[in-house]
Amino acid sequence: MIDPATYGLMAEFDNVNDAIVAARRTYAAGYRKLDAYSPFPVEELSEAIGFHKNGVALVCLVGGLLGCSAAFILQWWINTISYPVNVAGRPLNSWPSFIIVTFEMTILFSGLSAVFGMLALNGLPMPYHPVFNVPRFELASKDRFFLIVFSSDKNYDPLRTRQFLEGLSPISIAEVPS
Amino acid sequence: MAKPTEVEIGEQKAPVIAPGQTFASITDKIASIVLRRPVTNGWLFGVAICFLILQWFLLAVCWLFYKGVGEWGVNIPIGWGFAIVNFVWWIGIGHAGTLISAILLLLRQSWRNSINRFAEAMTLFAVACAGMFPLLHLGRPWLFYWLFPYSNTMTYWPNFRSPLVWDVFAVSTYLTISLVFWFVGLIPDLASMRDQTNNKALKFVFGSLAMGWRNSVRHWNRYETAYLLLAGLATPLVLSVHTVVSFDFSIGIVPGWHTTIFPPYFVAGAIYSGFAMVLVLAIPIRKFYDITAFITDRHLENSAMVMLATGWIVAYGYGIEAFVNWYGGDPYESFLRWNRLHGPYAFWYYSLLFTNLLVPQVLWVRRIRTNHFWLFMVSLDVLVGMWLERFIIVVVSLTRDYVPSAFGRYYPTWNDWSILAGTLAFFAGCMFLFLRVLPAVSISELKTLIPQAEVTVPHEEEVHS
Repeated sequence: MIDPATYGLMAEFDNVNDAIVAARRTYAAGYRKLDAYSPFPVEELSEAIGFHKNGVALVCLVGGLLGCSAAFILQWWINTISYPVNVAGRPLNSWPSFIIVTFEMTILFSGLSAVFGMLALNGLPMPYHPVFNVPRFELASKDRFFLIVFSSDKNYDPLRTRQFLEGLSPISIAEVPS
Repeated sequence: MAKPTEVEIGEQKAPVIAPGQTFASITDKIASIVLRRPVTNGWLFGVAICFLILQWFLLAVCWLFYKGVGEWGVNIPIGWGFAIVNFVWWIGIGHAGTLISAILLLLRQSWRNSINRFAEAMTLFAVACAGMFPLLHLGRPWLFYWLFPYSNTMTYWPNFRSPLVWDVFAVSTYLTISLVFWFVGLIPDLASMRDQTNNKALKFVFGSLAMGWRNSVRHWNRYETAYLLLAGLATPLVLSVHTVVSFDFSIGIVPGWHTTIFPPYFVAGAIYSGFAMVLVLAIPIRKFYDITAFITDRHLENSAMVMLATGWIVAYGYGIEAFVNWYGGDPYESFLRWNRLHGPYAFWYYSLLFTNLLVPQVLWVRRIRTNHFWLFMVSLDVLVGMWLERFIIVVVSLTRDYVPSAFGRYYPTWNDWSILAGTLAFFAGCMFLFLRVLPAVSISELKTLIPQAEVTVPHEEEVHS
């Protein structure tokens, strides 16, 4: 059931282990549209909500390959076609001297792709998000852990989901208005 | 980021983070430096001094642009004077920041979590200082963009076979990657600052910079991958930057420059001086901002040991240089050796050996290594020593290379000194501002170091099967 006025139900925990156990039980109960929030990276927590793989490494690889080939092709084209300079008959395509710029551009492009790819996949920048409507949520960057079941989940029911979350013994439960 | 590792509280070693910290106490402590701590007279005095020197620097730069680079002490045969000496020195200082943030991350040295933020800031400011010297030396700095390949009406391209063009690419890539690495590390902390302040304007500023970061574990997951990839990329990058800087010398055929020891020797020297700068900054910062719980004696001692180790790599470099001068049998190289030991700059060469080789050996003594005052003094000594090293490499080789009729002498002018002082003030001023406006220690990474962050529930595969 989808409730358009509610974005989801949010439960608060005060330590990382409770949050992991709660997230695992929520996932095991059949909820799939989940998210969790923690003040520092916790690998087990993202696994618990069923998030295992991300595409950042692939974006980084593609960016790096693009940077590498673009830099080499540019130098090759400049030195052999656009602006050939004959220095005592030495080869125009003197590729060993192009390695350094090619290397630097590979690093530059893959680094920037990793960062901008991460931001894009995370949907950032995002000026507004419903979770910030919960007053206690500002503790997510300090010392609390939050688990949210989105109202778009097919098993979501305002009453039953709330009862289920209460069974996980959180510190507080809040309805997130959308 | 490294997995939470146990905090060692041995008898021998000081802890990485003082016991008794909680997630909330870490956030409060670091955020309060920016949000709640009143502006002190000491800080204002420091900023005022930097500002005054910076004004003098601007006058010197205006005068330089008005008169041209002849205002400097450079003239044939010494085309590169203070400009390259200071450039190499500043770039080298920056290297420790990347070593701490990237290489120590890959090596899972979790102690780096409390010093990486300001070390990265140090890198950025140091590279900015370094970048000024080639730009000022251009003579026509408004044409700096000619260094980059862009299609233009002159149908003209940079010479990609020149180490100076490699340097442009290496340094600009280094600056860009250092900047994004630093900023990515800041995003979660900016979100913390946003949540910690009640001031509407500050909330808006920190909130905009944090870009709506909401600590979602999905975001953290991608963030960790990106951070690790950046560390993996920055590691070969930082080694390549000083290698390319050393190519500026070693590709040339000037005696004393044309040698294969240069790249490793330059990289080690860079890290040597960089850690000295880290200590020069960390020792007062931890005291004045009362963060000795986060930057502990352990950090200072580890940095001192890195300095000692890299110092010996540099010493090996000096030894090999001297050996090859003798064993190589090249008369010009032998003359270089004689010239360093007995020529007009001999005093500075002996000063270099004293400051860079002899004095740092006191760090073998544990009591000196753990004494903050003496560690601070040794670090200053190493910074001076590494500056002298670059001076010796540049000036001794260029003043007397091959033909005696082309020998010369180098005297820096008031403008050279003013610009060096100006970059020091710029660097210090940026550090002062950074400490007041951004969290100087990584809040989220520090949290992974305390026992509460340890995951004790067993890993359950069957949950998802």
